Amino acid sequence: MARAEELLACLIARLIAEANHVAVGAASPIPATACELLRAQGRPLRVTRLHKRKGNPFSEGSRELFDLAGQGRIDYFFLGGAQLDGEANINLVRAEGRRFPGSFGSAFMYFSCRTILFREEHSRRVLVPRVEFISAPGWSPPEVVRRGGPVALVTGKAHFTWQADKRRFRLASVHPGETPAGVQEATGFAYDEDAVGETPAPTPLELELLRGPVASAIAADYPDFARRVWS
Amino acid sequence: MDAVRALIRRKANGLRLLGVPVLGLSADLLIGAGCVAEVHSSAVSLGEAGLAPRFGEAAERGEIKIVDYTCPAVHTALQATEKGVPYMPLRGVIGSDLVPPHADWRVAQNPFAGAADPILLVAAIVPDVALFHARWADEAGNVWVGRRRELATIAHAARQTYVTVEEFRPGDMLDDELLAPGVISATYVSGIARAERGAWPLGVPDVYAIDDSHLALYAKAARTRAGFEQYLRDFVWQERKSSLPV
Repeated sequence: MARAEELLACLIARLIAEANHVAVGAASPIPATACELLRAQGRPLRVTRLHKRKGNPFSEGSRELFDLAGQGRIDYFFLGGAQLDGEANINLVRAEGRRFPGSFGSAFMYFSCRTILFREEHSRRVLVPRVEFISAPGWSPPEVVRRGGPVALVTGKAHFTWQADKRRFRLASVHPGETPAGVQEATGFAYDEDAVGETPAPTPLELELLRGPVASAIAADYPDFARRVWS
Repeated sequence: MDAVRALIRRKANGLRLLGVPVLGLSADLLIGAGCVAEVHSSAVSLGEAGLAPRFGEAAERGEIKIVDYTCPAVHTALQATEKGVPYMPLRGVIGSDLVPPHADWRVAQNPFAGAADPILLVAAIVPDVALFHARWADEAGNVWVGRRRELATIAHAARQTYVTVEEFRPGDMLDDELLAPGVISATYVSGIARAERGAWPLGVPDVYAIDDSHLALYAKAARTRAGFEQYLRDFVWQERKSSLPV
């Protein structure tokens, strides 16, 4: 039986399967697990882990990440938010009277990289009709140079794909145990839905890799996560 | 951090903090201690220890002015100062709610493009003071920061640069090919003081690690005003011995 974290990692791995270079932030053990899974499957993926405790992928300071992304040298990035809305706008600043840390690099990275929006909490509190503050917009007018943007939204309940032409999400699959009706109940914004499938469970081979080489690779940077999921 | 604790003991006030590109424990301590008027940053957090509680409360109560940035805009504004130019362009950001409050940002047409091509222009930032902790200073007044090049950038951009260091070392590091790429020349350095384990409870790579348990202790204590005041009494108001090796 796959754990929820393993299901999400396998889903994300399939979404970014053709990537050459992915950057992963500090608080992103599940996206990091997806990247390690691809590497364990033999894909020549370069993974730049930000905020590594020991060592560090950069020698030009923290601006190097943005310089790399600005040149188009990073294919995929992951963003979350205190709030996300149906136009794929993200808010990392304030919600319901509460102050959050801030926008970090989102207002740049969302324009530079194909982006998987990832937030495990799937609720009307997080997935709102309209974000209270746009840290980074989900789409831009055609004259604004923009290489990157949303590709998909992955939550603890479901997987949505982004339809750039319609500026709207489409429910692609619900995770085992969830229903389309339940997802709609927990989602504060409108989206399209047709032929909704079930998110594929990890295959036996994927589980074997996750619980072997991937778990060891992840434990170095995310020890608490690795302990919780795999021991 | 020793310099931050000293600022609190000296009851500094009205400080305007610039995060390069983000702020953490230092800012939360200074905000809680009433030293700060303005925060300019892409984020304020304690990293793995969670939200910065004194920042959050001060923000929610409107006690400090906050100007939100995004990381590369801070780097770009300081790089403009390094080069002595009034602004530099940056891709992205357009359409973010970060833009309208910034009188120092403009969306303008790329003069080299034939078609419409709006691009963000970020005005140069000249900090009054750059303040940081580094591993070494030498007899020539140079400071070694290794690959933390954003420290070199702020030293280049600021009017004054003050540095605390773990150790003084003899000679001139610019004569050493292996050390030189990580050095900030004395040209940019206004003053240096020795502060052994001066980054504690943060770390210095290869010298001492981040004190995670102390950060967790702070994150918990600072959730309440009373807990924060007690933290200051225990670790800031009195000259601290706790961070020195036992």
